[in-house]
Amino acid sequence: MATNNAYYIPHQATWPVIGTVGLMTMLAGFANYLNGSSIGSSMMVLGLAIFIVMLAGWFTLQAHESESGMYSTQVGISYRMGMMWFIFSEIMFFAVFFGTLWYTRNLSVPWLGGIGDGPGRDTAMLWPGFEAKWPTNGPGNVGGEFEPMGAWGLPFLNTLILLTSGVTCTWAHHGLLAKNRSQLIKGLIATVALGFTFVACQAFEYHEAYTEMGLTLGSGIYGSTFFMLTGFHGFHVCVGAIILTVVLFRSSKGHFKPENHFAFEAAAWYWHFVDVVWLGLFVFVYLM
Amino acid sequence: MSTVVAEHDHDHEHEHHDHGPAKGLLRWIITTNHKDIGTLYLWFALIMFFVGGAMAMVIRAELFEPGMQFVEPQFFNSMTTMHALVMVFGAVMPAFVGLANWMIPLMIGAPDMALPRMNNMSFWLLVAGVLLLASTLFMEGGAPASGWTLYPPLVLQTGKALPFAVFSVHLLGISSIMGAINIISTIFNMRAPGMTLMKMPLFVWTWLITGFLLVAIMPVFAGAVTMLLTDRFFDTSFFDAAGGGDPVLYQHIFWFFGHPEVYVMILPTFGVASTIIPVFARKPLFGYSSMVYATASIAFLSFIVWSHHMFTVGLPIAGELYFMYATMLIAIPTGVKVFNWTATMWKGAMTFETPMLFSIAFVVLFTMGGLTGLMMSVAPLDFQYHDTYFIVAHFHYTLVPASVFILMAAGYYWLPKWTGHMYDEKIGKLHFWLSAISVNILFFPQHFLGLAGMPRRIPDYAVQFADWNMISSIGGFIFGASQLLFLYIVIHTIKGGTGEKVTDEVWEDAAKHGLEWTLPSPPPYHSFTTPPTIIPTEHH
Repeated sequence: MATNNAYYIPHQATWPVIGTVGLMTMLAGFANYLNGSSIGSSMMVLGLAIFIVMLAGWFTLQAHESESGMYSTQVGISYRMGMMWFIFSEIMFFAVFFGTLWYTRNLSVPWLGGIGDGPGRDTAMLWPGFEAKWPTNGPGNVGGEFEPMGAWGLPFLNTLILLTSGVTCTWAHHGLLAKNRSQLIKGLIATVALGFTFVACQAFEYHEAYTEMGLTLGSGIYGSTFFMLTGFHGFHVCVGAIILTVVLFRSSKGHFKPENHFAFEAAAWYWHFVDVVWLGLFVFVYLM
Repeated sequence: MSTVVAEHDHDHEHEHHDHGPAKGLLRWIITTNHKDIGTLYLWFALIMFFVGGAMAMVIRAELFEPGMQFVEPQFFNSMTTMHALVMVFGAVMPAFVGLANWMIPLMIGAPDMALPRMNNMSFWLLVAGVLLLASTLFMEGGAPASGWTLYPPLVLQTGKALPFAVFSVHLLGISSIMGAINIISTIFNMRAPGMTLMKMPLFVWTWLITGFLLVAIMPVFAGAVTMLLTDRFFDTSFFDAAGGGDPVLYQHIFWFFGHPEVYVMILPTFGVASTIIPVFARKPLFGYSSMVYATASIAFLSFIVWSHHMFTVGLPIAGELYFMYATMLIAIPTGVKVFNWTATMWKGAMTFETPMLFSIAFVVLFTMGGLTGLMMSVAPLDFQYHDTYFIVAHFHYTLVPASVFILMAAGYYWLPKWTGHMYDEKIGKLHFWLSAISVNILFFPQHFLGLAGMPRRIPDYAVQFADWNMISSIGGFIFGASQLLFLYIVIHTIKGGTGEKVTDEVWEDAAKHGLEWTLPSPPPYHSFTTPPTIIPTEHH
C-alpha cells in the first residue's frame, strides 16, 4: 500500500477510457448533427452523459483518495503543476481569439479600407466605397445593420461582479487556512452565487443583442469576435462555477485541511484566470 | 550529460508488494504503467507509419508517370493531406511520446510518470482522434483534400468530412496537451535525488522543452480549426473578407502553431541522437550545456519566425525582412548542435552498430535538410521555391532521414533493453543501408523537380518532369518495402531475437551514459520504486 511518503501510483484506471468514449461519441455526434444527420443530436447527448458520469466518477475517486491521505506532498506538487500548465494552455487558447481581434482591427480591416493600397494594389476596385472603421461587419455588410455592445451597462456590472467574486474566493481561502469552516463555506457560497449571476447577466445581454440590437454571431467580423470571445469566456465561467460548487459541497462535508486542499486551490486558480480573461475582454472588446 | 552512475539495489523492488499487470486484453486498456503506455504509443505509431506510408505509396504510384494513372485528382489530394496528418499526428509525435513514456522515468530514476491516470487518457484520446480522422476517408465528399494546413477558403469546401476533421484535431490536441503536461510534471517533480537539471540526459531536456512547445501551440491550432468550423456552420466571418475577416489570418494562426510543431518533431530527435552518438563513440557528449541552451534557443526562435511559410502571400516588406532574418538565426543553434555531434565522434573509439549508423546518417542528411531550409529562408529566393517540390524535398529531409531515422535508431538502441533480447544485427544493417540509399533516391531528385518548377500537391505534371519523378517513385517503393524489415526485426526481437542473452548494459559501458542501463533487461514492471542515488563520477 502506498504510505504517506511513497509516491502514489494507481495501478489500473477505468475512468480515462470511459471519458474517451464519451468525448468521442459526443464529438462524432456533434459532427453528424452539423452534417444534418438525424442520429447526431441523440449521439451527442449520449456522449455528453457518459462524459458527465466519467467526471463525477473520476473526481469522486480522487476526492476519496485525497481524504484518506493517499497523496504525499510530492503527489500534490504534480497535481499543482498539472493545473498550472493546463491554465497556461487555456491562456494560449484565448490568445488566439484576442490575437484575431487585434489582427482584424489593426490590419485586415484597414487594409480592406485601402490603407495598404499602392501601385498595383487597389482595394477600392474590389470593395468600392468601403471605409475602414470599428466596429464593422465588413464591406459586404454581412448580417445586416447592427448596434455594437456598449461597455458601461451590463458589462461594467459584470466586471464588478467578477472582481467581487475574486475577493470572496480569496476570503474563503483565508477561512480554510485559518480552519474557519463557516468563513470557507460563506465565501464559497458568495463566489458561486456571483459566478452564476454573471452568467445570467450575460445571457440577458446576449438576448438583448439578438432581439433588440441586430447583433448576432453572423454580424461580420465584429459579431464573430464579440460572440466567440465572450462566449468562450462565459463557458469557462460556467465550468468554473460548477467546479466551485463541487468544492463548496465538499467543504460542507468537512473535506480539505489547511495543508491539503489541492481541489480548492485548483478551482481558485481557475477562477482567477477566468477573472483576468474577463478584464482583457472588458478592455479590448467592450471599451476600446 | 555529466556521467552518472547509479547505486541501486535491485532487491528492493521485490520486497515491494508488486502489482503486476491485469490479465489479458484489459491490461492494455486500463493500464497506468508508463512502460505499458509507452509500448502502446510505440505500436500505434508503427502501425500509423505503415498506414501513412501506404498513402505515400499511392502518391508515388500516381506520380510514377505523367498523366492520370490510378486515382482521381480529388482523392490524390486527400492522400497528400491524410498522409501528412497521419504521419505527423499519428506516427512521429506518438512515437516520441512513446519513447518519453518508456525512457524518461527510467532516465531520471522515477517510479512512473507523475500523472499515471491522465497518461492512459492521453493515449486513448490519440486513438479516438485518429479514428475520427480516418473515418473521413469513407465520407461523402471524401477526406479533407486541402493539404495538412487546412487553409480556408479551400478547406471550407470539404464535404461531410470537415467537422470530423476539426474535432479530430481537437481530440489530438487534448491528447498532446495532456501528454505534454504529464512529461513536464514528471521531469520537474519526479527526478531522483541528485539528478539535477543539468545532469539530466539530453533526451529528457529536449522533451522538457518540447512539452512546453506542445502546451503552448496545440490550443492555438484548436482555436484556428474552431474558427473554420464556425465559419462553415455558424455564419462567422473570421476568414471571409466580405465580413471584414481575412483568410491570411488563418495562415498566421496556423503557422504560429505549425512552426513550433515541426520542432516538436525534431527536438526529441536531437535528444535521441545526443543519447546514442556518445555511447558508440565511447566519449561523453561534447558540449552538453551548449546543447541544452541551443535546444532552448531553437524553441524560442520557433515562436517568432512563422511567416516564413507565407512569404508569397502578400506580406508588407517589413514583415518579409523581419521573418527572413529571424529565420536565418535558427541556423546558429542548429549549427552548434551539428558541430557538437561531430565533435563527439571526433577521435572517438567508434563502432558502427545499427543505431549508430542511423544516427550518423541523421547528422549528415538532417544537415542537408537544414541547409535547404536556410535557402528558403531568403525571401526573394522563396518566391521561386514556394509550393514546389523543393519544399517537399526540404521538409522530407528534415523528417524522414532525420526524425524517422532517429526513431529507428532509438528502436534498435533500446529494443534489447525493452525486451531482454538482441535484434539481428545483419538484418538491422541491411535495413539501414536499404533505407539510407533509397531515401536519397526518393527525395534528392525532388530538389531538381522543385527548382525546375514542378508544383506540389498535383496528380499530373508536364512531361519534362517525368524522369526524375520516376526515379523518385522507384526510391519511394524501395524505401517503403525496406521498412517491412523493421517490422520483422521488432517482432523477431520480441520473440527472442538472436537468442543471445543481453546484459543490463547491453552496449559497452552504456551505464556511464544513462540510468536505464543500470536496470535489468527487460526492466521490472515497476522500476525505481526506491529512488537511485546519483553520484557524479567524472567531469570533463
